[in-house]
Amino acid sequence: MTDLVLPPGVILILAGLALPFVRHTARQILMIAAPLMVLLAVWALPDGTSLTLDYLGLTLEPVKVDALSRLFATVFALMAFAGGLFALNQQNARELAAAFVYAGSAIGVTLAGDLVTVFIFWEVMAIASTIVVWSGGPEARGSGLRYAAIHFLGGVFLMAGIAGVVAETGSTAFGPMEATSFPTILILAAFLINAGAPPLAAWLPDAYPRASWSGTVFLSAFTTKTAVYTLIRGYPGEEILIWIGLYMVFYGIVYAILENDMRRILAYSIVNQVGFMVCAVGIGTPLALNGAAGHAFAHIIYKALLLMSAGSVLYMTGKSKCTDLGGLFRTMPVSCICGIVGALAISAFPLTSGFVAKSMISDAAGAEKMVVVYFLLAAASAGVFLHAGIKFPWFVFFQKDSGLRPQDPPWNMRAAMIFCAVLCIGLGVWYSPFYAILPYPVDYVPYDASHVIFYLQLLLFSGLAFFLMLGALKRTLTITLDVDWFWRRGGRAIAEEFEFQWLRAYGVIVEGFWRKLRLVIEGLYVNYGPDGPWSRTRPSGAMALWVSLLLTGFLLFSYI
Amino acid sequence: MSVEHHAFHVTEHLPALAAVVPLIGAVAAALVRNGVAAWLVAVAVAWSLPVISILMLGQVEASGPISYALGGWAPPAGIEFRVDQANAYLAILVSVMAAVVLTGAPRSIADEIEPANRAWYYAVFLLCLCGLMGMIVTGDAFNVFVFMEISSLATYVLIAMGRDRRALLASYQYLIIGTVGATFYVIGVGLLLAMTGTLNLVDLAASLPEVEATRPLIAAAAFIVVGLGLKLALFPMHLWLPNAYAYAPSTASAFLASTATKVAVYLLLRFAFSVFGIDFMLANTPAGVMLMTLAALAMIAGSLSAIFQTNVKRMLAYSSVSQIGYIILGIAMVSETGLTGGISHLFNHALIKGCLFLAVASAVFATGAVRIEDMAGLGRTMPITMGAFVIAGLGLIGVPGTAGFVSKWYLIQGAAEQGMWWIVAVIVVSSLMAVVYVGRIVEVAWFRAPAQRAPREAPIELVAATVALAAAVLVFGLNTDFSAGVAADAARILIEGYAR
Repeated sequence: MTDLVLPPGVILILAGLALPFVRHTARQILMIAAPLMVLLAVWALPDGTSLTLDYLGLTLEPVKVDALSRLFATVFALMAFAGGLFALNQQNARELAAAFVYAGSAIGVTLAGDLVTVFIFWEVMAIASTIVVWSGGPEARGSGLRYAAIHFLGGVFLMAGIAGVVAETGSTAFGPMEATSFPTILILAAFLINAGAPPLAAWLPDAYPRASWSGTVFLSAFTTKTAVYTLIRGYPGEEILIWIGLYMVFYGIVYAILENDMRRILAYSIVNQVGFMVCAVGIGTPLALNGAAGHAFAHIIYKALLLMSAGSVLYMTGKSKCTDLGGLFRTMPVSCICGIVGALAISAFPLTSGFVAKSMISDAAGAEKMVVVYFLLAAASAGVFLHAGIKFPWFVFFQKDSGLRPQDPPWNMRAAMIFCAVLCIGLGVWYSPFYAILPYPVDYVPYDASHVIFYLQLLLFSGLAFFLMLGALKRTLTITLDVDWFWRRGGRAIAEEFEFQWLRAYGVIVEGFWRKLRLVIEGLYVNYGPDGPWSRTRPSGAMALWVSLLLTGFLLFSYI
Repeated sequence: MSVEHHAFHVTEHLPALAAVVPLIGAVAAALVRNGVAAWLVAVAVAWSLPVISILMLGQVEASGPISYALGGWAPPAGIEFRVDQANAYLAILVSVMAAVVLTGAPRSIADEIEPANRAWYYAVFLLCLCGLMGMIVTGDAFNVFVFMEISSLATYVLIAMGRDRRALLASYQYLIIGTVGATFYVIGVGLLLAMTGTLNLVDLAASLPEVEATRPLIAAAAFIVVGLGLKLALFPMHLWLPNAYAYAPSTASAFLASTATKVAVYLLLRFAFSVFGIDFMLANTPAGVMLMTLAALAMIAGSLSAIFQTNVKRMLAYSSVSQIGYIILGIAMVSETGLTGGISHLFNHALIKGCLFLAVASAVFATGAVRIEDMAGLGRTMPITMGAFVIAGLGLIGVPGTAGFVSKWYLIQGAAEQGMWWIVAVIVVSSLMAVVYVGRIVEVAWFRAPAQRAPREAPIELVAATVALAAAVLVFGLNTDFSAGVAADAARILIEGYAR
């Protein structure tokens, strides 16, 4: 130990663990104060390694700071603050404790100087976030278990990959890698699982909307963005990421447009937004990496803002389906305005944080002469405006009058939303301090005529398209869509709607797969269940048979 | 041969005491006939053994392996008790687990066993402990068999004392199968004796090179490996285990799950590495491939069965089958890293499974039921016990910060060193299954509403024992000096073989 430094992430974890043991005002003070302390601690740390530990015969660097890690740690601490403020009236102490541990371990990942520390915090994150999901109530049971299984899958991939890297290189340092050997591919796969990349993206829209009104706000911020951080640090310029990112971008848009549940719309939109960042990491130039990091920073805040707005609606009305909502602008002005600010930011309207961050990514693609990527990203930006920028506020706060007359939520929730909204606008207007903390020196001017006009045209035309197609969009709202419904039936339904022959074939194949899988699990149960041949009480003769078979086999193979 | 008479120093007789103290204790417990008094005897005896074991490890660390001539008769003619890092480490593990479990046991036993039989339970428990400790410290192949029979017979009785009537059938089945295993072992030893004329392990190791690769020797190896494989419940010879653990008294399950199979693993290590020598085993027998294949199958099949169980003790038992797979896997890698992983997992799994079974013992005490659905809401009514269950469960999955992570790290590292990625895949799949079967219980206990009737509070000593083990799971996850450090020493000693 070079110096007695408590890692900032650990401060937050300890605060989280203390939360269930304090009550009322003391708990609220702790929830506000701890993230701010962490923020101070992050900025008080000098660049470089400030702590080393010996574990398992390896030297770990739990605290290692540079511009990139400081940026992510900062926004995570800000997010923990805003999320804590928003969640002050959450009575479920278990969820709050888990959320703070979750946030703390995310900060732990960003400050980790070696892979083993990354892995350790990674696993804590998986456990804590599973508890946050489970705290959503009885409907969250199944999703929570699926969520845990996927994340532990990522965890063991990561562990196996790290063990391989250590065995190959003898070093645990976390720096740029190339996905050329088996271990590094495993690590990349683990990072991508947390990023919500295909083919395992479904955990995200499956689990996040099941959490409570406050839990989803926390969930939206940390898991996917730590994945983006680790990708920026570990795999800058890995070309496959461009295409994975683009896939995520469009996956998110298509499903969000078809979705009816407001929080699930926003969950798909997380996949979409993280797709932009993953794509930028794949491009890998300093401009693109700045874009990825900056976009992550901006995204955390505006997505939290959107989910707070949705969470307020859920908190006040208990409803989250677009078809049950509408017309709430009359009685929930603060939630409505803040939701619109978030929607504008996610759509990258000029003068919002989304604009100053995202335009860097498109420009990086342009600068590298990646024409296809550039145009796909531009098309996707229009899609973002459609599904998140207009659809969310329109169906929740305007559209028809649902007859609901809820009030705006309590002061702390309003304050959290206003805090995020101010940040969204502030970063968009005074962007130079924001650019100054990006990982690479910035030589970029967001507000020149071509950018602004390009984006405004894009947004206005897609806005026009939305209202022209409103009839078509409304029709899908009568169906309650579910993720596994999509997997099983979605393809076929879309195919029948639009007469896509190839999609129909896809639907049949997918359905066949699920039928097969069910058969396999039933088969496993028949064999391994309490009464199956592998688990029921066997006659002693069966065991004796095995023993003699093994003995015979042993001798046979020895003598030949 | 002259027997020197000198002043009796306790520290010179530690290996003998390790086996004799529990034997005397067993007799004493049987004689007092009173459950509480017998428990006091058992606890006193059980706590003296960790002291003896730690002192032995200290002596070994200070001045090399201890060779103790039983009754003053010098080996190889007399029986030798021989202690080095490998078995001193195991002696500490077994004695500490026995002490912790016995300390927590009394009211759970009073709940599950008729008053007339309670003193017998403690007597038999100590007898079993005597057998296990004897197998660990002895350096004589036939003496191993004697102690194996002592512990096995005691185990059959322990299992049969379970309150479920199926306990009798389970015990009877284990008796038949256990006897087959022990017989195989003794046949192997008989062949060795016929070939070399000695039963002393060190002496055997020295004489075997002269008769190398002859068929009786291979047959001896086959009988011993298969016989011990049965005792350690290696898949597919595990069929006796689930019922034995499921229907034994709860605290007996905790003790057996954390010690009995581990001692058989130790004997397998001892014979494969120290006596036959690993070069012989790999060159002349399929033991390496066979153990690795069976270990991999155990990890998958055991976990699969665990996922689908409805009885929580049976679930834990199947999980043991898969965890034994991890241990054997590390051994079958035959590298220092792999062996360190296997041996430290032996230690860590004992802590973890002991903790889980004790937590279940509390749950059984509180609700009287062992079905998973009957544990609904227990997190709210007995948060400390179920909190310990969660910690140990995380250890089973191998989450960092828990003991399970340390051994799994070494195992994956060992597989990666040899480029055996399919092994890594098996570990990955098996760990995920552990997430499912642990997650199921955590979800039921913590996130469901409690049943109508309020459960009883579990007795304080049982909760304390559970918490102590859960704390150990965390401590050995963070500080690996002992668990992995001594395991690494043991691995090195085993790979070097006996050198006199």
